[in-house]
Amino acid sequence: MKTSSLFQAFSAVIKRDLVLAYRHRAELINPLAFFVMVITLFPLALGAEIALLKRIAPAIIWVAALLASLMSIENLFRADYDDGSLELMVMTPHSLSILVLAKVTAHWLLSSVPLLFIAPLMGLMLHMDSDVIGVLLLTLLLGMPVLSLIGGIAVALTLGLRKGGALMAVLVLPLYVPILIFASSAVDAAMSGFPVSGHLSMMCAILFLAITLTPLPTAAALKMSLS
Amino acid sequence: MNIKKLEARELSCIRDERVLFSDLNFTLKSGQILLIEGRNGAGKTSLLRILTGFRKPESGDLFWSDERIDNTQEFYQDTAYIGHNNGLKDTLTAEENLRYAQSLAITTLSIDNAMEQVGLNGYQETLVRFMSAGQRRRLALARLLCTHKPLWILDEPFTSLDRASIKLFEQFIETHANQGGLVIMTSHHDTSIPHTLLQKIHL
Repeated sequence: MKTSSLFQAFSAVIKRDLVLAYRHRAELINPLAFFVMVITLFPLALGAEIALLKRIAPAIIWVAALLASLMSIENLFRADYDDGSLELMVMTPHSLSILVLAKVTAHWLLSSVPLLFIAPLMGLMLHMDSDVIGVLLLTLLLGMPVLSLIGGIAVALTLGLRKGGALMAVLVLPLYVPILIFASSAVDAAMSGFPVSGHLSMMCAILFLAITLTPLPTAAALKMSLS
Repeated sequence: MNIKKLEARELSCIRDERVLFSDLNFTLKSGQILLIEGRNGAGKTSLLRILTGFRKPESGDLFWSDERIDNTQEFYQDTAYIGHNNGLKDTLTAEENLRYAQSLAITTLSIDNAMEQVGLNGYQETLVRFMSAGQRRRLALARLLCTHKPLWILDEPFTSLDRASIKLFEQFIETHANQGGLVIMTSHHDTSIPHTLLQKIHL
């Protein structure tokens, strides 16, 4: 007899979600296509005024990334809830919040990491300077996991509702605001040549706070949705 | 296997202001099977969901091996549940589904062995999406065989199974009980499980 360790369970959940996503590739591309489309439409609508584009580029990229993340997180637990594998996940000897963290990590790998690769290209297209692009990437790297983690709570809370999508957005957007503000002010500071370490440390702190705290309410809400 | 015991004391369940059952007591020990009977809507599934800890009873307590079930994680180490949904992923193969279940529990049988026992040998690489309802049910039951779970909680385990498979599963349930396991199940079918092992609750 072989007991499964917590780490084994954690990686099994991530691996399963990655395989599932690979078998539904079309859904994987949706948020990515959304991200690219929103950003490419802006210069077309605004006209090719380089100074203006440069000024608002970080905001465009961040808002597009935020909405793309919101779009994909809606389905974080939905399929598991519908086919009964959520019950299976709850009924393990392992801590549910750790398994929730695994699910969120998988979501981050699938929805945010591809954006990190495309964001520099989008930045170049909007005439951003390369050092500002570097800071933008750092803010995305620190901020996107927070979006997934916070989104997880709202998704779990609205799981029992048939049409929870709109309610979820209302719940989650106010919580996204701080991360958006810190990220854009970091990039602003970089553009004006000020040091950004203060903003980035703040984002780091929010990230660690989110990693340690958000899985607990998410797990509790998931258990509630099963009753 | 050491002796396990599930005890329910004065459970009651109210749903939509209707009392489904109240003052329900039972004790189930290793080697026993509990069959829950009742018409549709009598609260069979609600009772099972209380026993799995998904739902809180309106009143009453549950004890697992004489300890009140507060920390469900210890209880879940020993418990397997199959509900109306099989808990299988459509776009994973049969083997991947079982491998995932094993990585969350204690492994007993090998996957090939469990699949052979439920008569699904050769379907390891088949996506669950392409399996029939009965085959999915059998795969869900194979999950019970390849993980170590003394207490099985089964909600209508025989739905969409043919007569031969039902017989096969009654044998598995009997063997599990004879090896010191506990089984709680609801069923509409008449079972051929020997009455010496069986307890019945009528809701």
